[in-house]
Amino acid sequence: MQWETVIGLEIHAQLATRSKIFSGASTAYGAAPNTQACAVDLGLPGVLPVLNEGAVRMAVKLGLAIGADIAPRSVFARKNYFYPDLPKGYQISQYELPVVSHGRLEIELEDGQGKTVGITRAHLEEDAGKSLHEDFHGMTGIDLNRAGTPLLEIVSEPDLRSAREAVAYMKKLHSLVRYLGICDGNMQEGSFRCDANVSVRPRGSDTFGTRTEIKNLNSFRFVERAIDYEVERQIDVLEGGGTVVQETRLFDPDQGETRPMRSKEEANDYRYFPDPDLLPLDLDAAFIEKVRATLPELPDEKKQRFMEQYGLSAYDAGVLTASREMADYFEAVAEACQGPAKTAANWVMGELSAALNKDGLDIGDSPVTAEALGGLLRRIHDNTISGKIAKDVFEAMWAGEGDADTVIEAKGLKQITDTGAIEQVIDEVMRDHPQQLEQYRSGKDKLFGFFVGQVMKRTGGKANPAQVNELLKGKL
Amino acid sequence: MHEKTIAELAAALQAREVSSVELTEHYLRRIETLDDALNGYITVTAEQALEAARAADEARAQGRAGPLTGVPVAHKDIFCTEGVRTSCGSRMLDNFVAPYDAGVVERFKAAGCPVLGKTNMDEFAMGSSNETSYYGPVKNPWDTERVPGGSSGGSAAVVAARLAPGATGTDTGGSIRQPAALTGITGLKPTYGRVSRWGMVAFASSLDQGGPMARTAEDCALLLNVMAGFDRRDSTSLERPGEDFTTALDRPVKGLRVGLPKPFFGEGMAPAVARVLEEAIDHYRGLGVEFREVDLPNAGLAVPAYYVVAPAECSSNLARFDGVRYGYRCEDPRDLLDLYTRSRGEGFGAEVQRRIMVGTYALSAGYFDAYYLKAQKIRRLIADDFARAFQEVDVLLGPTTPDTAFRLGEKTDDPVSMYLSDIYTIAVNLAGLPGMSLPAGLADGLPVGMQLIGNYFDEARLLGMAHQYQMGTEWHRMAPGGFN
Amino acid sequence: MSLSRDEVEKIAHLARLAVRPEDLEGYARELSGILAFVEQMDAADTEGVTPMAHPVEASQRLRPDEPDEPDRRDRFQAIAPSVEAGLYLVPRVIE
Repeated sequence: MQWETVIGLEIHAQLATRSKIFSGASTAYGAAPNTQACAVDLGLPGVLPVLNEGAVRMAVKLGLAIGADIAPRSVFARKNYFYPDLPKGYQISQYELPVVSHGRLEIELEDGQGKTVGITRAHLEEDAGKSLHEDFHGMTGIDLNRAGTPLLEIVSEPDLRSAREAVAYMKKLHSLVRYLGICDGNMQEGSFRCDANVSVRPRGSDTFGTRTEIKNLNSFRFVERAIDYEVERQIDVLEGGGTVVQETRLFDPDQGETRPMRSKEEANDYRYFPDPDLLPLDLDAAFIEKVRATLPELPDEKKQRFMEQYGLSAYDAGVLTASREMADYFEAVAEACQGPAKTAANWVMGELSAALNKDGLDIGDSPVTAEALGGLLRRIHDNTISGKIAKDVFEAMWAGEGDADTVIEAKGLKQITDTGAIEQVIDEVMRDHPQQLEQYRSGKDKLFGFFVGQVMKRTGGKANPAQVNELLKGKL
Repeated sequence: MHEKTIAELAAALQAREVSSVELTEHYLRRIETLDDALNGYITVTAEQALEAARAADEARAQGRAGPLTGVPVAHKDIFCTEGVRTSCGSRMLDNFVAPYDAGVVERFKAAGCPVLGKTNMDEFAMGSSNETSYYGPVKNPWDTERVPGGSSGGSAAVVAARLAPGATGTDTGGSIRQPAALTGITGLKPTYGRVSRWGMVAFASSLDQGGPMARTAEDCALLLNVMAGFDRRDSTSLERPGEDFTTALDRPVKGLRVGLPKPFFGEGMAPAVARVLEEAIDHYRGLGVEFREVDLPNAGLAVPAYYVVAPAECSSNLARFDGVRYGYRCEDPRDLLDLYTRSRGEGFGAEVQRRIMVGTYALSAGYFDAYYLKAQKIRRLIADDFARAFQEVDVLLGPTTPDTAFRLGEKTDDPVSMYLSDIYTIAVNLAGLPGMSLPAGLADGLPVGMQLIGNYFDEARLLGMAHQYQMGTEWHRMAPGGFN
Repeated sequence: MSLSRDEVEKIAHLARLAVRPEDLEGYARELSGILAFVEQMDAADTEGVTPMAHPVEASQRLRPDEPDEPDRRDRFQAIAPSVEAGLYLVPRVIE
């Protein structure tokens, strides 16, 4: 039988606020355990939540960026369950009336086709703490620093049809939240994580199969591997005459498989009801318009502009706008280099990206600033150095040896454009290689390249290649 | 000295007839000798009280005294007090030394009021007789075989017995007014949102409201001046301009339109209570008050709706008591589930567990609509009833309780009969309105309370109406034998 | 609505309350009594009535996004039943 995969993603984006969603504790990552858990986060008796305006703004920002409805009134509810990392015994979360609903996101598939993925809703909620299972005499340690960190849970429609589509969607959303500045997107720290709802059905069927939920996927690769595994597992079960059990599963990256989550086995009854400690969140048009005014240029708009303004291909524009930092870097290089933007694009996507990759750095941490790279490219355009030498200069700049002009000066890499000087080298080369000269003159044209090579070698690559060609032709 | 009201004590302090230290020492001595018979205090904070009294006297000497500086008070043990055990009447919090002050506690500190101690209460404020306290029942000073009412029974008893000039209480379904009525004192439940809930251990968040308990309406007004006010830490706290609740005390009640709610004068009320109310109504008539009957058609559904809403909220509010971060933890838990169930099973008393279970049930899948949602709809009907009534009248008047104080143990085996002792007070909480109880007479030697209910934010009018009554009557001056 | 022992057991588990087997019967009786009492609500016609979750009509106030809570771990953990290395300890959690 032919099977079709149906996937919906629930993505939890930690909002980049400075303080928690319902308390004034800091959200900074990496503090000593429980030093950023205040009375409210700890659920001490008598404490009360007050909603963080920053979190609301960020939620609205995402809603506007995905063309969604912003609810004029949304409500916070309590989701009741007991877990040691959930201090109050309930999580405050928007349930029936989320702040954002009915959005959509355009993604690009591998064949270049576009696809619209529906976003059912995005709602505000608080994160839980962390359980640390290292051995404390057989006990588990609870760190509540993360408890109360604002989350935006972004729930897609079951519109995705393969693990790759799911990853494309997740990457697009990842790029978007970072563009918007509402989430740092750091997946290792859990700032952007994903639960995947996966089911399969016979191709052509219009009803959904039983789904499983894979929890807490915190990398693109894991999402792809976990879904691929789960799809195959479900198909195996069904083809073996079994039925898929609706359950929550965890992905084990070491084994490359998903397995049922033990603690969630019992059917939960969350007993949602409106949180009586919080009043309805009412957002008027003025508030929404104020947030709209802070929206940056979004990835799709930026890509279009790059193609028009810089004459870049759709592919180049797509790569350069994948992150806001990369796009900003490119634009700064393009401006500083005072030459064709295509060169800037090639350098950012080529040398720079390769060097960043090699050292495992983000573009924001690049030792070569956009202005410095622009300065280097300027020296190519004004013929001070060749493109080939520029690569050496770049390496030196990367190693911290100064800006392009400093390196060129210090290493004497300035291109030789003085005709007399080049002619002198050509004469020496001709004198030292009489045999090759003879052969060339008797018709062996291929040896022209040999002479170019020899001249470049003797000038340490600094001779202007175009001039060398021209002068050689005359002399030979 | 203890026969003086707060207003009189404030005047005496101001006139330097007495110092705060002398006053505080006097009350501490009374507590020492008399409270064993009542069990009104869970914790007496003599040292801190005297230190605060010294500071108050110093402030007065330096000309920095406010209206109540130096007047000692007691706090219901539901308000968190930094560095002092805050038990909420429960084994669960027997070891809980609060790391912060409640908003209300801060305000009394700022006002310069020494705190004599923390008063006994029904466990987590769940009860109407003070018999669910982990620290044993409070006795009614009028008859120590009887209950003082609840849940603010400790505050009521110590004020009635002159073991504190005034005290704080909280009222979720009548927990200030009902014990005030049964002990012959005056107590006010303000409009929901008037008094900060920050640091007040939550029972049912949408109903809980702190308020003053004292012997007179004037004293309640003075205490409310300290207690009420916006607190940014409480999302349900109301942002309103500061208000002096004593301003309407001297306003004549002539021409005031007062409604007598039909369902409050039905068969549930004891004849002796009815007689007392008749006399009170006559007294007001003599002052020129105009009475008319009003209907509250859905009032009869208040108690059933309350016993869904309050348990539902409490089941969630009390989930935080899990033996992990503070409070009671069972011995040697086998595993996590055992830690939870035994810490909670051993830490909470039977009534609290009953209510948690009722609330859990009412919110659970399949029952939510029939119980929780239905109750919230009835709540709306009840609030609408009041809104209609307040289009016709300025204030509602009725009994606070159906009868006088009952005997210890009389209702402990029948939760529903206990619940019905709040039959006249609960609707006010569901609607969020202000209500108060003041002593209106005696029946068989036991105090009878009269309830006044006002429109939203009409506390000053209620206090004024009560004060005008107290100007012409002596009931509020009665003291229980042995405590005068 | 009359509750059985089993239902009481289920509710007690949801609420994480250890109820001794010999107490189940009593709770079942009391809870059934309370539920029977609150079911008086059924008499009211609430068709089309908007549920009232809050006694006052107001909107949620928003707090500026500024961290203002100092580290008070020592103070908070002084009242904790079991801590080590700044962590609250509980019996092992299995995921």
